[in-house]
Amino acid sequence: MTVVFERTKGLTDKQFHYCPGCTHGVIHRLVAEVLVELGILGKTIGVAPVGCSVLAYDYFNCDMHEAAHGRAPAVATGIKRTRPENVVFTYQGDGDLASIGTAEIVHAAHRGERFTTIFVNNAIYGMTGGQMAPTTLIGQKSTTSPNGRDICTMGMPLRVSEMMATIHGAVFVERVSVHNVPHIKKAKKAIKKAFEIQLEGKGFGIVEILSTCPTNWGISPVDSLKWLEDNMIPYYPLGNFRSPEEGK
Amino acid sequence: MAKILMKGNEAIGAAAIKAGCKYFFGYPITPQNELPEFMSRELPKINGVFVQAESEISAINMVYGAAGAGLRVMTSSSSPGLALKQEGISYIAGAELPCVIVNISRGGPGLGGIQPSQADYYMCTRGGGNGDYRHLTYAPATIQEAVDLTIEAFDVADYYRNPVIILGDGMIGQMMEPVEFREPKPRALPKKDWATTGTEGKRKPNIINSLALDPAELEKHNFKLDKKYKEMEENEVLYEMYKMEDAELVIVAYGTTSRITKNAIDALREENIKVGLLRPITIWPFPNKAFMEIPESAKAILTVEMSMGQMIDDVKIVNEGRLPVHFYGRTGGMIPTPDAIIEKAKEILGGVK
Repeated sequence: MTVVFERTKGLTDKQFHYCPGCTHGVIHRLVAEVLVELGILGKTIGVAPVGCSVLAYDYFNCDMHEAAHGRAPAVATGIKRTRPENVVFTYQGDGDLASIGTAEIVHAAHRGERFTTIFVNNAIYGMTGGQMAPTTLIGQKSTTSPNGRDICTMGMPLRVSEMMATIHGAVFVERVSVHNVPHIKKAKKAIKKAFEIQLEGKGFGIVEILSTCPTNWGISPVDSLKWLEDNMIPYYPLGNFRSPEEGK
Repeated sequence: MAKILMKGNEAIGAAAIKAGCKYFFGYPITPQNELPEFMSRELPKINGVFVQAESEISAINMVYGAAGAGLRVMTSSSSPGLALKQEGISYIAGAELPCVIVNISRGGPGLGGIQPSQADYYMCTRGGGNGDYRHLTYAPATIQEAVDLTIEAFDVADYYRNPVIILGDGMIGQMMEPVEFREPKPRALPKKDWATTGTEGKRKPNIINSLALDPAELEKHNFKLDKKYKEMEENEVLYEMYKMEDAELVIVAYGTTSRITKNAIDALREENIKVGLLRPITIWPFPNKAFMEIPESAKAILTVEMSMGQMIDDVKIVNEGRLPVHFYGRTGGMIPTPDAIIEKAKEILGGVK
């Protein structure tokens, strides 16, 4: 019998707690596969956020550090500056990174910290039960924007990659999506590139990954993939915003 | 080693380096700026790292990361900045990591002022962060003591896997005194086999964490922490008794205030007025056992603080209503004068005679 597909060694045996149709699982797997393929799993230290992926420390098969809400980039700075020979990444959602942790992510990039950030944007607060995030789309209903996001009082959704691309120390900024197989493959490529840039010591790298939240969006897993494609991608265009070649 | 004249803030930095601390994360705030400035100058010389963070919140979280990675690490701040660090301190205590935090305190509340104050007693002994946690807090009264306690603090932090605070008021930070750097008493320190160093594929992942969603598990964790805190109460209490033998009035004061009090006591003794000093050096754990050594001659206790009265709560708790407890304090950056303490002492003793 030939094994054609198996669990990556980059993940532990622990069963994910994620809701059906949530793409966190896919993204976890992509990150884990990249760590294995680059042969760096044994020297990687990951930093988990507060949010749906708070338990990421149980899933990645490497040393992990659970940070306070939004503070993962500061914790990662403390780790990378004391252990520069290790590979360090943060895994953060949009409430964590784009709201409470804006100062930490901006200044980690600004200092050009040599770690990698995986930023999962699903346009909502998942773990706390579907509240509005800075990334929630215009008109999108949430439990704290029951009539839909209103630009006048809640502002326009925050485009994190575009903002990060203005920062000199952020040498790699790319937005990808995981709503279908071709895009999952592209997402993995971007993740790999971001880690390679860390290994080359070039500066800070961030990959924003558009992700689904069927539970809090209130639509089926299949429809969520379509909703992401139809609604998120037009506002959050995919592509590379900054790479070392361009940043020279 | 010969004594050298150093400013408190710089001496604390030099003591940290002497203790093997190579990593410092901080944010500017008066009156502690000479400490991060010193570290930014000195740490690169020993292949250490200084990072000026974007905020006190980030600085303490960098400490959280570095401590988790198993390195000796320090941050410093002053009152409003220490308030911002409380979230991180709670996480560090919860995750059981060692680090040293210096608070060169100033007047409050709010932005307050920049002159010396002891109004952070509550924050440094009760903690401003969430949850059932404790940390040792040293309150040095001289620059030499600040140096000795800073060196000791790194060992204590590693021994208990817990944050330790050095609380100096602005006077301790800004004053210059001769100091020497001595070896701390030897302690058998546990191996940091819990640190995030990378598994190298040779062991199970190490996880630094303060989250426990199962209440039974979290209660168990709190019991474990509490056992450690009890051990600190048992083994780490430090205090000084000064001219206590036949004292009729016991003054309780710490840090800068205790030095002014000593002057007052010397002057009172010249007049044959019997006053002694009980000086807590650890303010948490509070030196309860020192109160058991108060002589029979004592008729009253006077607590002197550069605050509106915070340590007095601990004095009243341990006193259990035995002796009348009086208070004298100046606050907002005002310093008590020996004359004012003398007058208060005479007033009390006149009253109880």
